Amino acid sequence: MLEFDRVSVGYKDLTVIHDVSFRVGEGEVVSLVGSNGAGKSTILRAIAGLLTPSRGEIRLRGQAIHRTPAYEIVKRRVAMVPEGRQLFGRLSVWDNLQMGAYTLRSKREIAESLKEVLALFPILEDRRDQRAETLSGGEQQQLAIARGLMSRPELLLLDEPSLGIMPKLVTEIFRTIREISKKGITVLLVEQNVFEALEVADRAYVLQTGRIVLEGPGAELQRSDLVRHAYLGSSGLAEAAGEEARP
Amino acid sequence: MAKRARFVVAAAVVTLLLVLPLLLPGPVPLHIMIMTFNFALLGVGWNIMGGYAGMFSFGQAAFFGIGAYASSWLLTAHGVNPWLGLLVGGVLAAVTAAAIGWPCSKLRGHYFAIASIAFAEIVRIHFNNWKLVGAAEGLTIPMAEPGLLNFQFHGSKAPYYYIALAFLAVGLMVSRWVATSRAGFYFRAIKESHELAMVLGISFVRYRMLATMLAAFLSAAAGTFYAQYILYLDPESVIILPISVQVVLVSMLGGAGTIFGPVVGAAILVPISEITRVELGHRGTGVDMMVYGALIWLISVYQPRGVWGFLSSLGRRKAPAPTAAPAPEARP
Repeated sequence: MLEFDRVSVGYKDLTVIHDVSFRVGEGEVVSLVGSNGAGKSTILRAIAGLLTPSRGEIRLRGQAIHRTPAYEIVKRRVAMVPEGRQLFGRLSVWDNLQMGAYTLRSKREIAESLKEVLALFPILEDRRDQRAETLSGGEQQQLAIARGLMSRPELLLLDEPSLGIMPKLVTEIFRTIREISKKGITVLLVEQNVFEALEVADRAYVLQTGRIVLEGPGAELQRSDLVRHAYLGSSGLAEAAGEEARP
Repeated sequence: MAKRARFVVAAAVVTLLLVLPLLLPGPVPLHIMIMTFNFALLGVGWNIMGGYAGMFSFGQAAFFGIGAYASSWLLTAHGVNPWLGLLVGGVLAAVTAAAIGWPCSKLRGHYFAIASIAFAEIVRIHFNNWKLVGAAEGLTIPMAEPGLLNFQFHGSKAPYYYIALAFLAVGLMVSRWVATSRAGFYFRAIKESHELAMVLGISFVRYRMLATMLAAFLSAAAGTFYAQYILYLDPESVIILPISVQVVLVSMLGGAGTIFGPVVGAAILVPISEITRVELGHRGTGVDMMVYGALIWLISVYQPRGVWGFLSSLGRRKAPAPTAAPAPEARP
């Protein structure tokens, strides 16, 4: 579905991503993991049309999109949930959802989309008239993902969905990502929470200082020495697994 | 405030405005009211692009001038009725706004403000040297048979008062439409987060241009009114930076992003400006600016939502509820 082909991209004179290639297949959940500053969000911003690569090509279903403006990318059924939620804080939950449906053309489509999204996040129905800024962190993240889904995307770009969320709710967010994937939506996930990101992913790429250093199925990467030492700590995986096992 | 109470207050204000010309002593207070309405209209126009869509323009005088010149030149050179000239001027200003809005569509914040000043200065210098429209000498509108059709009244200022009031009412209706329409909803989205609006698929170029064009049309209408009221115009009286600055101040003081904010701002600032001009003459040059400065400082420190925001908050205990999005509808 998505091919990131030998892309270099950055901000003005600063190249953050160097000659990076990866692909995301139809219906897959692919995670990009790495530490802060590795360039993960830069990749998502380039796919969303907010940054233009200096080299390489980004192709969506075989068509080059690396020079397409952001507001056109959404029409190609790609939605981005930006880092830090970035909701319209002074607008209500309902208005934020409506904003996500900008590219839909008919009332019927919007109503259907709303129904599907509320089935996934029923709490938002109760909060519909509340200002987005008054929601808890977890609810805000749910709203941000729901707003992204309102445009009925085929590819969902999630930038650090667990950032600033209490651990209990992080598990809930990743459960939702699995549910989204079951609906046939392809997910490209960028995360610092490496354990959860690899757990949910069909495949994953490890990014270090703008370059991919490791790739493979999520479960396989969880066992790799590099990931265990660099991101999970020597006993991190065992601890994390222990946490999971506890009721 | 309850709906009924709001209706009573609104009815009282409208009635007062309608009978005011009969109560005011002499032409000076009436002149102040007329200028207040006209600046309020300019402020309402600016508010659509600055208050709702977040484009801080300091160049509204250019559109004011284009409107004034278009109707005046059509009248003096071709005998075109000023009401038709008003429409032509409005369309011309909107087209100019679109032409300048396209290359400026990616500019934001201070850069947009600087570009708008540069644009207005280019327009001023151009008109100062454009012989077809009288260059620096300007245009004098010939006296015509007084009446609504000719947009001229010689005996009393009251008809101008009512026309200015009607123009302002139309401007407020446009502003209300913007505030409650989907377009206005997207204006505010772009203002709040330009990048996020793009990620959601909102074409910021389209909506920024729409806001600019609406503002330009209303400013041009105010320009035509001014020309027909004063019956003389030159570039130094209609296309100057102080007019653009006053338009911004009117909106900011009253409450940017609110429907009635610019009206309240104009009701405070324009009388100060006119009274100091009439009472102090040239000796008072700058006094109004000192008062403006003090007011802006006070309002930005103590009430950033403007006077209207302050008055609105008095009327309700809780913070204002967010403007609800209109019902979803199909887009072209």
